[in-house]
Amino acid sequence: MTRVLPPGTKELSAPDALIVAPGIATPGRASPRGPLRREGPAKLTGVAKYADDLVFPGAWYGATIRSTEPHATLLGIELDDAFDWSQVVVVTAADIPGDNVVSLIRDDQPILVPIGGEIRHQAEALCLIAAADRGTLRSAKRHVEVRTQRLPAVFDPLESTEEFSHLEVGQGDLEAGFAEAELVVEGTYRVGHQEQLYIENQAMIAVPHAEDGMTVYGSCQCPYYIHRALKRSLQLTDAQAVVVQAETGGGFGGKEEYPSMIALHAALLARKLGKPVRMIYDRHEDLSATTKRHPAVIHHRTGVMRDGRLVAQEIDVVMDGGAYCTLTPVVLSRGVLHAGGPYRCPNVRIKGRAMATNTPPNGAFRGFGAPQTEFAAEMQVNRIAEALGISALELRRRWAYREGDTTPTGQVLRESVAALDVLEAAADASDFARHSEQTRRAREARQSSARVASGIGLAMGWHGAGFTGSGEVHIAGVASVELTDEGGIRVLSAQTEMGQGTKTIFPQLVAAELGIEEDAVEVAPQDTSIVPDSGPTVASRTAMVVGGLIVKAARRLRSQVEAATDRPFADSYREFALEHGGLRVDERFEPYPNVQFDDATYTGDAYPAFGWACAVARVEVDLDTGEVTVRDVVSADDAGRIIHPVLAEGQVEGGTLQAIGYATIEEIKLVDGRYLNDRLATYLIPSALDAPHLEAILVEKPFSGAPHGAKGIGELPMDVGAPAVVAAIHDATGIWIHDLPATAERILAALTGAPTPAAPGVSAPAPKRGAA
Amino acid sequence: MPVEPPVASPRSLAEAYALLAEQPHRPLAGGTDLLVQITGEPGDPPDRVLDIWHLDELRGIRVESNALLIGALTTYAELRRSPLIAEFLPAFAEAAATIGAAQIQNRGTIGGNAVNASPAGDMLPLLLACDAQLVAGKGDGERRIAAREFWPGYRQTALQPDELLLRISIPLATGRQVRYRKVGTRRAQAISKVVMALAWRADEEPAGAWRDVHLALGSVAATPVRAPATEAVLEGTEPTETTADRAASTLASEIEPIDDVRSTADYRRAVAARVLHRLIRDEGGW
Amino acid sequence: MSYRFFVNDDPVELEVPGMRRLLDALREDLALTGTKEGCGEGECGACSVLVDGAVVDACLVPVCQVEGSRIRTVEGLGSEAELSDLQAAFLETGGTQCGICTPGMLMAAEAFLSSGGAVGDDAIREAIAGNLCRCTGYTKIVDAIALSAKRRRLAELGTG
Repeated sequence: MTRVLPPGTKELSAPDALIVAPGIATPGRASPRGPLRREGPAKLTGVAKYADDLVFPGAWYGATIRSTEPHATLLGIELDDAFDWSQVVVVTAADIPGDNVVSLIRDDQPILVPIGGEIRHQAEALCLIAAADRGTLRSAKRHVEVRTQRLPAVFDPLESTEEFSHLEVGQGDLEAGFAEAELVVEGTYRVGHQEQLYIENQAMIAVPHAEDGMTVYGSCQCPYYIHRALKRSLQLTDAQAVVVQAETGGGFGGKEEYPSMIALHAALLARKLGKPVRMIYDRHEDLSATTKRHPAVIHHRTGVMRDGRLVAQEIDVVMDGGAYCTLTPVVLSRGVLHAGGPYRCPNVRIKGRAMATNTPPNGAFRGFGAPQTEFAAEMQVNRIAEALGISALELRRRWAYREGDTTPTGQVLRESVAALDVLEAAADASDFARHSEQTRRAREARQSSARVASGIGLAMGWHGAGFTGSGEVHIAGVASVELTDEGGIRVLSAQTEMGQGTKTIFPQLVAAELGIEEDAVEVAPQDTSIVPDSGPTVASRTAMVVGGLIVKAARRLRSQVEAATDRPFADSYREFALEHGGLRVDERFEPYPNVQFDDATYTGDAYPAFGWACAVARVEVDLDTGEVTVRDVVSADDAGRIIHPVLAEGQVEGGTLQAIGYATIEEIKLVDGRYLNDRLATYLIPSALDAPHLEAILVEKPFSGAPHGAKGIGELPMDVGAPAVVAAIHDATGIWIHDLPATAERILAALTGAPTPAAPGVSAPAPKRGAA
Repeated sequence: MPVEPPVASPRSLAEAYALLAEQPHRPLAGGTDLLVQITGEPGDPPDRVLDIWHLDELRGIRVESNALLIGALTTYAELRRSPLIAEFLPAFAEAAATIGAAQIQNRGTIGGNAVNASPAGDMLPLLLACDAQLVAGKGDGERRIAAREFWPGYRQTALQPDELLLRISIPLATGRQVRYRKVGTRRAQAISKVVMALAWRADEEPAGAWRDVHLALGSVAATPVRAPATEAVLEGTEPTETTADRAASTLASEIEPIDDVRSTADYRRAVAARVLHRLIRDEGGW
Repeated sequence: MSYRFFVNDDPVELEVPGMRRLLDALREDLALTGTKEGCGEGECGACSVLVDGAVVDACLVPVCQVEGSRIRTVEGLGSEAELSDLQAAFLETGGTQCGICTPGMLMAAEAFLSSGGAVGDDAIREAIAGNLCRCTGYTKIVDAIALSAKRRRLAELGTG
């Protein structure tokens, strides 16, 4: 649902923001409402094939033997003589032909721990087995004995001495800023793990070819990451390794890097066996072993003037990377860059470090470091607003970035700044000021016997679009638009569909450029033997960066054909193909004009553009039990150009509910470095009854560097939902919750003055031996 | 990983009894507990399963001699739809509505809840609070087991290996009031953090003294339990604020919940007391 | 042992162990992969099917208990060429994103719509409370079910 523009509103061109209703056309969008989901009918009728739906006759089932200790030396793996091992294939590190490394950034994570090697986390993969049927497999699993020598484990990132990366950014003179400040507010905020909880578990099926090749089919976001990993560790050439994305039941970042691991496991088994191997996780294994959102501890020290001016921000971020590096430096980087919130501050210093602990490695999850640090930033702003006696809305109005302001990396925000637009849109749509006044009066009049308290909370955020710094240049993605020999139009990219609508918007963009029907545009399957490497489907880059490549490719195709035929493309392309044969246009990423970043000093234009968001949440708190009911949330999100309003709303609604879960019930506890919440009965996400009424307001502040003006939308809503909910809890009850999730236990403890439950994100030690 | 132990599906109670008499079998009703355990747990599955789903003798709800008889295979959905439950024991329908969601309510049974014997079993505090008798049968006859004796230890029942739970008998006492409250992490599909059933009979006036007070809780001990010290505070008193305060603080010191994956001992203790206080306040109207 | 039942009105006979999960019987023995496994513990509802009209989790139903029953799966609702009204509503409102929860969600919705109960926001949400969705936030799913309910009512009135 979006607000409808008043009648007679003309389309406004950039740089003005426009609030978009689904029925209204804006430039760059082929049709007002957007076409129906391209692969929708297949999904709706059960025809779409996810990995576990694929059938490979003769395939065996694979399983992983995992550590049950957080830190140990692997002394040996023994196969019990009592079992008939001739029915089973076993793979250890010794069977890996190439590097025993899951190729990502640092090369520190093994595919399988070698004998004599170091186990660094619970559920770490030690060896693999495969059998023809699941009964044999289950039995075999119980006949593998692992011998280890336990080592001391580190669970608290604040106590860890092993650093994955560190980073510092800043502007101005912090000392001078604090010297000038009339009030200094400090706060420490802690956020725990969060599980992506895609409803389809991780799944990979490896099929060996006769000539030393391997094709892997599975659930993933980045087929080329897997391709690279397979080549390296199985010593395959570009052509020998083939990765085919199956229909993927949700990713959210959880299928960015982890699929490489499971693909390698399946492939190693298939290679040894000479037959296909299915590695399909059950929910318990998925929850126990795969990546989670990085926990973090964020310390703020903020200096302000009594009149509300922000003069100094000192922020310290510590993230827990888990046992191996995976993508941690990039998560830290994004977290640090967004840690000050979308606010102009003349004197700012943000430091961050990511530390290792003996817990399963953490990884990508929607927002990628920003939801963590922006939660802290927003809570800090709210505390300051209260201390100064200025409304949360008004303070943000004054502090929010405007065009021409400078960020902590020294980036001048030259265009596409919609901070105030989203702030006003959300505040307006939620009637924030009026409700705040109501809740204030209700709070003052509240009797001690009251059972329920209502509150309203607001949070603002920003999210750099695309990869940080020179990330896109390094990716050097390529996407193509092809006129086939038969006169068809095909889009070729490695961008995966996982529900966000890639397969619907790419034909939309191409059709708009070529002047043809959307249905006439095919999307080539995400198969590395067919499509070029356009980069991963992450970082909210698909519509903006790869969509941009596709638009440019389509434009070039059009002009080439029109130059040859001297007629409009739509009228002449089929004929052209039949006469001259097909024509394929590849478009490689070129750096955005005037976007300069220095990787060494981390200064300059960290992102080509930023997206902006503001959420307002209304909650009810049960004062007897601390339970929170989120009643409704309004989220205003600027994504540059809204290519498909219904799909864009879907991203805002879905991302907001994930943020609400993050704020309230998605708690993970650990003991001895192992997740206690390892089943769906114990890791809880919101059901339809828990979900609030969600309203998405789509705002357009186009980015001139992209041919269609689009920035990203996938992650932006995740940055603001949680602090809005926690701000609303404060508004209702007067209590400040500094730890996420704001569980009923934390809230009740704050309401009653009882001791606070243990901080999130840090494992309890192993229970003492001999304890009951 | 799915596992498929041998199963027998008797078509009559006599057949079921005969099978049970031969060898131990794990009974299978709606499967909402047993199938989860079989699929998920790493240990050994049961050697033999007895599928009782086809035993219509275990279905049905009826009134007989001042008691409501609920067949062991009565599903939560059936409890919610039953006019007899609505009339005589509406709290049972209220409780059934908090369990799982539609899918679980269509298959989960009150008998399964009792025999699974989880400390968090959502119907079990009601059985304790309402003085339920659980009727067990085997080849040579039936016997009645009081709810107070039905759960002797963690995940244990008082059933013999050759017995089946046939039905649950709830005495219908005039003037009996029953209240139910479950606190869970989310609004559906949630195992309880604290679950409570409070039953009493009020003397003539609406704000009269409470008699035969039964207070039962789940998720605060290894089994569902009564709270006798708290009951003693409430027995013979009116639901005033003083009574509520005393009852709440007594309950807080009477129970010994634990920390677990779902919640903390502190929280359970505090919430049990506060929820009881609120229940009494709602009745007292102050 | 041999078990006979109906799946989407087709009679079926399976020679499988009695404790085989209905979910596995559908997906593997009958190659009806539309019904999905999300958790195997009855929490996510991705495996929801109708058994004699009631929505249940197929991961918790053993085949020995569906002897003689009528099972309905997503494959029995409609086809790509001819979507059911409910499937069409999901497509229009955007109630499907990644699609993995969709088959189970459709079955729960179908059971609810067929039950004839009052259709409001709360009732719809309660009807699908056993079907977890991670993508949509549920908003457009609820919209789709409400839209389908409205159209069915209009269709009934039209022919009445």
